Amino acid sequence: MSFQALPEVTDDTAAFWEGGVDGELQIHRCHRCAIWFHPPAPVCPECLSREVGPATTSGRAVVQAFTVNFQPWAPDMQVPFVLAVVSVDDAPGVQLTTRLIDVDPVSVSVGLPVEVSFLHVEDVYLPLFRPVSAASGNGAVSEEGTS
Amino acid sequence: MSRYLGQRIGERDAVISGIGRSTVGRKLGRTGLSLTVDAALQAIEDAGLTRDDIDGLSTYPGITTASPGMSPNGVNDVQDALRLRLNWFSGGSETPAQLGAVMNAVAAVSAGLANHVLVFRTVTESSAQTATRRASVVGSGGDRVSGIMQWMVPFHAVSAANWVGMYAQRYMHEFGLTRRQLGEIPLNQRRHAALYDEAIFRDPLTMDDYLNARMISYPLGLYDCDIPCDGSCAVIVSRADATPGLRKVVRIDAIGSALTGRNSWDQRSDLTETAAHDCAKMLWSRTDLTVDDVDTAQLYDGFSFLTITWLEALGFFPKGEAGPWLDDGAARIGLGGEVPLNTNGGQLSGGRLHGYGYLYEACAQLRGEAVGRQVEGAEVAVVGAGGGPLGGCLLLTQDR
Ligand SMILES: [Zn+2]
Repeated sequence: MSFQALPEVTDDTAAFWEGGVDGELQIHRCHRCAIWFHPPAPVCPECLSREVGPATTSGRAVVQAFTVNFQPWAPDMQVPFVLAVVSVDDAPGVQLTTRLIDVDPVSVSVGLPVEVSFLHVEDVYLPLFRPVSAASGNGAVSEEGTS
Repeated sequence: MSRYLGQRIGERDAVISGIGRSTVGRKLGRTGLSLTVDAALQAIEDAGLTRDDIDGLSTYPGITTASPGMSPNGVNDVQDALRLRLNWFSGGSETPAQLGAVMNAVAAVSAGLANHVLVFRTVTESSAQTATRRASVVGSGGDRVSGIMQWMVPFHAVSAANWVGMYAQRYMHEFGLTRRQLGEIPLNQRRHAALYDEAIFRDPLTMDDYLNARMISYPLGLYDCDIPCDGSCAVIVSRADATPGLRKVVRIDAIGSALTGRNSWDQRSDLTETAAHDCAKMLWSRTDLTVDDVDTAQLYDGFSFLTITWLEALGFFPKGEAGPWLDDGAARIGLGGEVPLNTNGGQLSGGRLHGYGYLYEACAQLRGEAVGRQVEGAEVAVVGAGGGPLGGCLLLTQDR
């Protein structure tokens, strides 16, 4: 079993962490003023409306910053791997920290188009991302499938 | 000049009246409390006060067992060990980064809640590292991760080296900063450490050593990361008008405690700016001094790139121009240079006192006591600590 920390799932965050069951990257959106925001919260940060909730995005994103991690921070952590901050294409202003998969570290650059690929562990679907050209679909993959 | 939050600059009601520092080193094999008592008693004596004068206590981040050695002591055990009779106290991590405990003390003094506040920060991360290192990774124990960490740790972004690494990469992408230019920061600190016998790593460090060291989280290599240590620093924050006869006072000209941007590592629209930028803007809005008046800068180098962030935020060079500015190396940031930086070796070569080494060093410089590494005529020092959404800074001046 390799290192895998998991998030605590709450009413506010359930759609984000569990949306992958349907292959969907769900981001919170305001029903009144239509802005997207993250992390999910029970109030719109712009107009303060309580009429907010998860909405489905395309799952496409663009790399805004990345790092290649070489240090095994836990004894069962497999290295190296690529971490990135990506901006979600159709959710302006929303950025996610994530891990990139199916990618050669030297080919990663700011501006690289990526798409979501969920890693299913227990009740959580972690939104990892892979380069669009290497993607074969948005379906959820099993834990064994990407380790 | 426009004033931030109205006209009153309450930090000038307070001064730093004494400083103390325990032995600092690797695996000292002493308890945190023992180190804290050393620093605390030294600071009290240095201020010309006695234990009975101390009526306030403040610390960052409070006692914690989550990360071994990160903060072995808090208000409770230190108050009790010294039997302090307190009118006010505070210990916690949700402050403007590490120096938040100093700002809390200043606020308490300015509000009249205390006259002399003992502020301390203690670490035993070096001793803790061998025995329990694995437990220090968030989420490795099987507990679910919540709060801000949940947005990073499940993706394996477990270390600040990862989060800061991404900021550094973005800055390099946007402005052309090179690893060689970044390397000027650790090389500078190592040169200064050689002048200070209390620093931990004092052997010469060359650019080749730096560039050839193993990568931790690209673009941050081994020498871009600070060193865990054991040690404690303490200062006394006193009422400015309660200090006649106190010996060596350092004045607090302005505080930067703002966080106007997102409280997040990844949601800021400009990934080359951080809390440091918010804090620096506030700091300069509360003083008539400018960046050109700064004689020495003691700025966070838990990772080398964070120092660049602070230097840029404070206005030592225009946005994006860190690289060319650092090309001049020692002429910019060395002793005798434009703005002598981290004259005690910083955390990169001096040890991770988690913000308080800079504060101690700034006071020592302003008091003319930085033996072997003194910045001649140092009258104004800026201290900044933290990274990402954590930030806080102080502008300190010699007593005049
Ligand atoms: Zn709204």
